[in-house]
Parts: sequence; structure tokens; C-alpha cells
Amino acid sequence: MVSIARISHGMGAVGWGLMSGRRRLLLGAPPIPALVPALLVGAAMALPVVYLLVRGASASDQAWDLLFRVRTLETLWRTLLLIGCVTTLSAAIAVPFAWLTTRTDLPFRKVWTVLAALPLVIPSFVGAFLYISALGPKGLLQSGLEILFGVQRLPDLYGLVGATAVLTLLSYPYLFLTVRGSIVNLDPATEEASRGLGHSAWSTFFRVTLPQLKPSIAAGCLLVALYTLSEFGAVAMLRYNTFTFTIYQQYEGSIDRSIAALLSFVLVLMAVAILLLESHTRGRARYYRSGAGPARKPVTAKLGRWKWVALGALGAVLTCALLLPVGVLMFWLVRGLGAGEPLLLLWDATKNSLIVSGAAAVVTAVMAIAMAVLLVRYPSRLNRALESVSFTGYALPGIVVALALVFFGAKYARPLYQTHFLLIFAYAVLFFPVALGSVRSTLLQISPRLEDAARSLGHSPLRVMARITLPLMRSGVLMGAALVFLLTMKELPATLILGPLGFQTLATSVWSATSEAFFARAAAPALMIILTSSIPMALLVLREKRTLV
Amino acid sequence: MIKPLLECRSVTKCFADVVAVDGVDLQLMPGEVLSILGASGCGKTTLLRLIAGFEALDDGQLYIQPGLTSDARQHLPPERRNIGMVFQEYALFPHLTVAQNVAFGLHGMSGGEQRHRTRDALELVRLTGLDERYPHELSGGQQQRVALARTLAPSPVAVLLDEPFSNLDAGMRQDVRHEVEAILRAKGIAAIFVTHDREEAFAFADRVGVMNAGRMEQVDVPSELYRTPVNREVARIVGDCDFLGGVAQGEVAVTEVGRLPFVCNDGPVEDGTKLSLMVRPQDFAIASSETGDCVVTSLEFRGGETMVMAVTSKGIALRCRQVGYSHLTSGTRVDFKPQASAPFLAFVES
Repeated sequence: MVSIARISHGMGAVGWGLMSGRRRLLLGAPPIPALVPALLVGAAMALPVVYLLVRGASASDQAWDLLFRVRTLETLWRTLLLIGCVTTLSAAIAVPFAWLTTRTDLPFRKVWTVLAALPLVIPSFVGAFLYISALGPKGLLQSGLEILFGVQRLPDLYGLVGATAVLTLLSYPYLFLTVRGSIVNLDPATEEASRGLGHSAWSTFFRVTLPQLKPSIAAGCLLVALYTLSEFGAVAMLRYNTFTFTIYQQYEGSIDRSIAALLSFVLVLMAVAILLLESHTRGRARYYRSGAGPARKPVTAKLGRWKWVALGALGAVLTCALLLPVGVLMFWLVRGLGAGEPLLLLWDATKNSLIVSGAAAVVTAVMAIAMAVLLVRYPSRLNRALESVSFTGYALPGIVVALALVFFGAKYARPLYQTHFLLIFAYAVLFFPVALGSVRSTLLQISPRLEDAARSLGHSPLRVMARITLPLMRSGVLMGAALVFLLTMKELPATLILGPLGFQTLATSVWSATSEAFFARAAAPALMIILTSSIPMALLVLREKRTLV
Repeated sequence: MIKPLLECRSVTKCFADVVAVDGVDLQLMPGEVLSILGASGCGKTTLLRLIAGFEALDDGQLYIQPGLTSDARQHLPPERRNIGMVFQEYALFPHLTVAQNVAFGLHGMSGGEQRHRTRDALELVRLTGLDERYPHELSGGQQQRVALARTLAPSPVAVLLDEPFSNLDAGMRQDVRHEVEAILRAKGIAAIFVTHDREEAFAFADRVGVMNAGRMEQVDVPSELYRTPVNREVARIVGDCDFLGGVAQGEVAVTEVGRLPFVCNDGPVEDGTKLSLMVRPQDFAIASSETGDCVVTSLEFRGGETMVMAVTSKGIALRCRQVGYSHLTSGTRVDFKPQASAPFLAFVES
């Protein structure tokens, strides 16, 4: 489970890479087999940014005028408001949950941990569709109330309230896992020292524990904020127009594509601002390394009567985030099947989803290995630039990457345009930082002395890579690949824009069914996403257990 | 004349703007055990890594038998040097068993040859029967021996050991050290061994090289190093010592604690030259005296001996070792009397 925390380590690397001091060179210049793929990856990652610059430079005056319209500012404000609400509420849920499941005598802590992380597998657009189908006009609640009490209308739950509720419930696990990971790795000795110096349990929590958690809370908030910023499906369905949706509308509806590019540029600037804010909060704190582990078992707080309050809160959140969504999905599925909804389409979409997600996972993992080896083993000034470029994917919302690739594909790579190849390439660019974060953190834990030893026993660098480094990196590579698979299954905007004509994945099936309000038709693919995403999720959980032993 | 197995000629290595290894000359003879002594950060591990080939030379040359050369222009990769290395943290491959670890350097040999050599190496370090264990299933001492077996299995020209005993607890350290020394001596394997522990360096090695701030200050047999260090830094590194100021007057130096015979490190000196005399804790006997010029400041009881710290009227701190328990207390006035008839080593005060 700490794997998600590893993503955030990767993210910290944006600032970290710039700050990292002199590290000892292994052997002068990096070998060509490490350098070439890494440079290619770097170029691929830079492509969207180049696109934005090119497009922005050639934008028409009309496009610039549009950019500075009042409506653009309104969209900007709405987006920021949503980010603020979702991030704050997520932190309010995630930090107490992380503490409850690690440092208290809460019963069934393991079970609660797994359950609290699970909403991660529900895509936000599925969450939005369920929210609408349950609470919206002609939804389950209203229909039920109409039969019982003749209620015709419910208060409007679209907009900010709906978007905040859905996104918070489905994205707080990023923060939960990040913070949990760092609590587990906290050295209890610092807390004991504080108690020994005369501070009470409360004072210790606020003056010693919380400050040490600050970097991980900031990193988790960063994940949630960027996730919200690039969010597309849910905000669209809930009719809360943020930047991503405006860009999509411009792209679909306007002939002048440079408007979409200019808006994208603003979106990227916002992401960069969020990144800078986070690295400012992180300050000079060291990012911890998982796996070191505390020497002793930390003291667990006795909850007493508060136990019931804690269980109530956990139960309420999980009911909304897990139980209700799955319940409502089941309801629609049964209803759809009863109405003779064909399942045939589902198999095609499932097959497509599995193929592209699997391919994206493999391609991204291979890219991440090449880059991680170069970054960790051959640090140089060039690499630090590559490192920063690599992590820009975090700041690039799916829609921006998709637009960039449409531009380049249509102009310079016509044969690749509208093919699976370009789609998988887009996924790789989007999720490369996630894979890199995971692969890099395992490589950081492999002592370079092992490679030295293998060299002095007469093996060439490539053989050392194959026989020592790669086998030892396996768990990180698998974890990175599993995460990419999970994220690709849920990806919507890039799939919509770049998918070949008539190409349907599970995500786009849900999208097209719900945009026509065929809730029953959306249920089967939505459930399928959740089911197939649970497999890599389970893999992550199980692997983490094995490595913990 | 016997040719050295390994020779460093003005070997130099810089990291950014720090000169880590500064023009080091060193020879390793066949069958010789050489230790490199120095404080942490003096460049001794970098020197070892340069010899092993993990770092590239910035200047100087390295000659390895038979007939291999590495210099700043042409770096010889580590896999072609046939030099074994035992790492401080052992660097055992965690995903391989003990036997697979030991066989790792035996690639290119037939399967039978590999098995045979692995068995021999494990027998040599007395680990027979643990072939199928993984490194994490072994104790620290056992891991150390696997690392040695792995290094020795391909019959390297020489073995480099980087602080090999520092990860072992004090009790075990001596046993393992004796064992490793016995194996190296029995097989006649030449070794360079890096340590910051002078007792370890003296006990283990035929010759000791003292490094300070990237430079090889002196290479000599332990007793010579202790008696005639080339400068004050080396004197401090190889043993506890204090420095007492004095003025040359014929055969003796006039000091605060009396007239002491001396021999100057830099050759004969004129009368009136200011000197600095190296004083080891066993060089003086002290006795309490009402008219003594020195005052005891503190005492350290160490079991078999007591270290008495005293200060002269000019404020120079001197240490003196007394056998067994000392009846002195701090504040007592004492007299220093030279113990040995041998002259004190003096350095010209600059």
C-alpha cells in the first residue's frame, strides 16, 4: 500500500531533483544503452510542452482576446475553488483516517486500511454518474420519493457541491496512503523523546508528529490537487465547468484550435503553481525512505469512548464512497439486464481496455527503467534537467497531452494518427512519472556497491544490469506497471480524443452511455472497470505485504 | 628483484573542486598485507576504489600484474582487472544463495569447475553446508566470510578490503580478523586493507600507509611508523601523543619539564632552534611533588592502566600512562621524569 506514497516521493522529485546536492559519480559518462532511451523518453515528455509553446506563439489575436474574457477568469476561479474544496476536505478525511489506522487501538485496523484505500479503483466519472443517477432529477431518490410522497423536484445537487462530494470521496485515498506511509515510517523515538521532555500526548502530536508529517501531507495534497485540476469526466457530468471541460468544448466546437492550446497553457501554469506551492511547503525537509522502518512498535493511543465516534466516521465515509456506489451499480445492472440490455458490446470494450492498459503498463515500465538507471546511477546536470522534464507529466492534464499528440500526429506522424500506437504513447507520457517514481525508489534502495562487486567479479556493465540490478528492481517495476494499468483503465479524455474511430474502451462506454442518460447501459462497463482495476490493486497490496516480511 | 603486483604512481582523483586522492605512490608486493590508515574522509576508500577501477583516475598511472595499465586517458574497467574487493557492507547479492554468490565471479568456467571452486572457497572460510542459504539468513560474521569466499573464488591478483570489520561487534571483530589474516597468509594472497583503527592496522599488516587529506604521508612497517613518524599529523594518527615545546641546546632540548635528549626529524639543528618534541604517554613517569611545575587535571581509569592528564605551567596538556590504579587526584602538583633513555623525536617549529 505504501506504493501510492512512493508516487508522491516521485512527485517531490520535481523540487528534489533541483535541490539534490553532489552525488558521487559511478564511472564518468553514462553508457549509451542507458543514455539513448532516457533521452528519447525526455523528448517524448517534452513534446506536449513544445506543442503548447508552438501553438501559443502562433495563436490568432482572436484567440488571445478569448483568453482574457471574463468567462475565462470565471472558469479559472471555479477551478481553483473546486481544487481548494476537494483538497481541504480530503485532508480533513485522510489525515485522521491515517492516524486512526496506524496509531490507535481501533478494532480491525488492517481491514479499515484496505477499505479506506479502495475508493481509488472507482473512476470519478463513474462516481459522478452514480451520484446523478441516485440523487439527480429522475434519479433513484427522487423516483422513490415521488412514489411515496409525490415529490417532483429535489434541490439542485449539481455544480460545486456535487463535484466536491464526488471528487473528495474518490480522491482522498491518495492522501490517506501517502500520509499513512509516512506515519508508519516515523521513528517513535522522536515522540518518546518529546514525552520525556515533558510534553503531553496532545502537545507531542502537534509539536513533533504533525510537523514531521507535513511533507507527506503536502505531497498528498499535491496529488489530490493535480488530480482535481486534470479531472474531466466527473466535472463534465456534474455540469461544473472547469478548465479541462472548457478546453474540451473549445477543441470539439471551435475551428480555431489555438484557443484550446492557450487555455491548456493556463492549465499547465496552474499545475506548475501547485507544484511550486507544494515544494515551498515541503521546504528543506528530507523525503523519507520507506523500508527503513522504526526500531520498535510505536505506542498506540487508547481511544476509549471516542472509538465509537471514529468507527462512525469511517463507516459513514466508506458507505458513501464504497457501499453506495457498488450498491447503486448493482441496482442498475440488474435493472438493465432485466430490460434486455445487450452485454455483447461490453466484451469488446473490456478486451480493448485490457489490451491498451496492459500495453501502456509494459511500455511505461520499460521507459521508467531506462530513465531511473540514468537518473540514479549517472547523476549529472543534464540528468537533473531530464528529471524535471520527466515529472512534468504530473502537471500535464490528460487533455493537454491528448491535444498535443493530435497536433503532432496530424502534422508529422500521419500514419500513426488515430492508431493504438499514439494512444498508448499518450498514456505513457501521462503516467510515466508514476512508474518512474516507483521504479526509482526501489533503485535508490539498491546499493551501488552490489554493482561494484559484480563488476570486480568480472562482469560487464550490461551483464551486471541483467543479473543484479534488474532482478532486484523487480518489485518496484511491477508496482509501477500495476499503477499505470490501474490509471489507464480509468483514463477518459485522452482516450476520447486520441482513440481510433469507433474504438470503445470501458471508460468511453460509460461516458457515452451516461451522456445520453442510459444509466442501465453504463452499469456493466463501470462495474467491469472496478473489477479489473481491483486485480492490480490486490497485487499492490499483496506485494507490499510480502516485502514487509 | 621482485616486481610489485600492483603499483600506483602519483594517482590523483578530484571530486568537483576537492582533491580526494593527491598524487599517491604505493607498491604492493606479492604476498604482502598492506594497510591504509587514516581518519574518515582522508581519501583512503577513494584510493581503494581507484585501484579496483570503480572510479577513473584524473592523473597518474596504475600498473597491475601481469602487464595491465590504467591511466587518465585509458580507463581499464573493473571487470578486466582481476582484483577482488571485500566491501564494508559486504555487498552480497540478496537474490542469490550463498553458493550462487560465490559462483558469480566464476562465469566462463565449466559447471563442474564452478561447483568445485565454490566448494573449495566455502570450505576455506568454513561455511560448508550453508550453500543454499540466502544472505539475510546468515549472521554478520558469516556474511563477512561469504564475501571473502566470493572474492577469493576467482583467484584474484590481489584483494582489497574496505573497512571489512567495522560492521562486526567488538568481541567478534578480533576473531574474524585473525581468521581472515590466517586465510590470506595461508594462501599467500596480497591484500590492501583500509581502516581507521590503528590497532587493527598494526596487528594485521606487514606495512602501513598513513593517509591524511588525500596524501600518502608515510608507508612503513608499524614499529618504524610509531617511533619515527615523518610529521606531527602522522605521529597523531599512529598513536596517542602530545607535543612539548623546547629550545635546542647541544644534545638536549630545554623544556618546561627539564632538559631532554632529542633527535631531530629534519637533521641536525643549530642551538637556539625552537623545537616541538613528540611525547608518548609512556615516555614519562610522574610523581606527586610540592614543587612540581605541572598540575593533574583529570584521570581516566582504564582497568590495566590509568591515563593521567596534566597541564604544564604554560598550559601545555600532557598525558601520562600509569600501570594499574593511580593514587593521584586532580589538582595535585606533579613532576615529570623521562622513562626511556632513547632520545625524543623533535620537529622544527615553524
